Amino acid sequence: MRIAVCIKQVPDIEARLRVSGDGTWIDEEDLSFVINESDGYALEEALQIAERTSGEVVVFSLGPERVREALRKALALGAARAVHLKDPAFLGGDSLSTGRALAGALAAGDFDLVLTGSQSDDVGFGSTGTVIAGELGWPHAWLVMGVELDEANKKVKVTREMEAGMNEISNLDLPAVLEIQAGLNKPRYASLKGIMQAKKKEISEPGPGDLGLAPESLGETGAKIEVLSVAFPEAGKGAQIIDGDAETAARTLVEKLQKEARIL
Amino acid sequence: MSAKIWIVLQQRDGKIQKMSWEAVRAGQALAADLGGTAEAVLLGSGMEEAGNEVGQCSLGSVHVADDESLAVYTPGRFARALEAAIATAQPDYVLFPHTYQTVDFLPGLAQSLDAALVPEAVSFETVDGSVVWQRPVLGGKMFASVRAKGPGPVLVSLQSGAFSADELEKGSAPIETLSLDFAAMSADREILRIEEAIAGEVDLSQAPVIVSVGRGVGDAEKIPIMQELADALGGELGASRPVIDSGWLPRDRQIGSSGQTVTPKLYVAAGISGAIQHLVGMKGSQVIVAINKDAGAPIFNVAHYGIVGDLHEVVPAVTAALKEASES
Repeated sequence: MRIAVCIKQVPDIEARLRVSGDGTWIDEEDLSFVINESDGYALEEALQIAERTSGEVVVFSLGPERVREALRKALALGAARAVHLKDPAFLGGDSLSTGRALAGALAAGDFDLVLTGSQSDDVGFGSTGTVIAGELGWPHAWLVMGVELDEANKKVKVTREMEAGMNEISNLDLPAVLEIQAGLNKPRYASLKGIMQAKKKEISEPGPGDLGLAPESLGETGAKIEVLSVAFPEAGKGAQIIDGDAETAARTLVEKLQKEARIL
Repeated sequence: MSAKIWIVLQQRDGKIQKMSWEAVRAGQALAADLGGTAEAVLLGSGMEEAGNEVGQCSLGSVHVADDESLAVYTPGRFARALEAAIATAQPDYVLFPHTYQTVDFLPGLAQSLDAALVPEAVSFETVDGSVVWQRPVLGGKMFASVRAKGPGPVLVSLQSGAFSADELEKGSAPIETLSLDFAAMSADREILRIEEAIAGEVDLSQAPVIVSVGRGVGDAEKIPIMQELADALGGELGASRPVIDSGWLPRDRQIGSSGQTVTPKLYVAAGISGAIQHLVGMKGSQVIVAINKDAGAPIFNVAHYGIVGDLHEVVPAVTAALKEASES
């Protein structure tokens, strides 16, 4: 099977965040970047399917120069080659213009399956995979917790998470786009051999013209929403913070739960 | 120009899903702000009773698409039906509850309508007739203000708890049938069955105290210190999703949108950052204590008491302090 995986590189949000100079995003300097969590599970699922079916995994990502590092990592894990959409015309989009660009890059690849994560840990639209499916005219499923391929009948049986502990089990015709929920599998670590091999693997960087896409339909220009500002939640609304070392804070907490909150 | 606002409700077997009422309230509020009308939309099969229930809200009308083919949700049929209805009626804003079902089909609907898509809004402001939506980013650590640009409808999904169903304005709305060419719409997936994901062995909804473990616990070997705290408080262990995904606790301990919803007397969240998917499952708790080494973690915004520190030190200290207090 030919499998494409779309990954996003996102900032490690455990870090201390600062609003950027123009106020519309965070200052990316000093931040470290990682492959988005659910995209990592999508990549692992793709690698496992490729191993079972003597297939090939091609990894796609849209973003600035730094994204190359995430693609290298995916290549080290076992993807055969990578496609990096880094032209400025691709950047700054919403899920609609981002999905359009990725679908444009995927269209010529003759893939049986496109996997991606269900939601990015930074902007969290949870939409890009569905938009890709729409652009390609393929069926899709969001929040996929189980994948069973039926190669002979060109179908895939998916378990999709619903609210309140319910699952939906359905069949989709291939080719299809599956948006993978974190926790589906156990992502592997890169081997030294994999890291060495990755250095020789191809990362192509097609521009909008190569994909036959009009630049004005892409990125920030093609987006249907604009971000005006980002901000931290209002201070003072939250918890009463209890200071002191662990022992002092613990004693104060117990006292407050007894005397102030009166629940112990 | 007065704005036309649509609210698309979600139902299963004729029962309106809870977040849908919050979306109706949001639609009423937006209509009041913009000087427009709010109208509801219901899709399903055998919707007469559900339609009448929605009709008891203060709304311009309730549009009901009632057809056998809509009995079970599929993104193909639901998105095509809404696409046709929206293209004809041309509402300015279409609001949805931000459920897993909505997220499954809404991006495709926005795409086919060439509409703006604002997922997971938690509030809005109207500024000179245009609407600015707030939505969480970066795991809920920050909020972005976004606005639609260009012509066309704006599709918005509203996060759970963002609007209060208690503030719903009652009224009497006429029911109108949405006549659509259902035969021309096809399902893009074959639903085999819908089943319970987990045999619910542990019912956390009845526990008076829950000590909930997050990713910050680090590994499975540290679970016992959490269990000791739960025992000292006479409570149960819960967990956020990453802990379950890592296999450190069984899935029937999961709290949040894909797990259980709980409202105990005391909820202790240790090493949980507070992503919205977790918060929707526990924010109704009476008293919330957060222990996290990241002072910027969003859990501190919903907690009543917070300790910024390493849970591996703080949790055993709290257990010890509880024992000390009960002995004195």
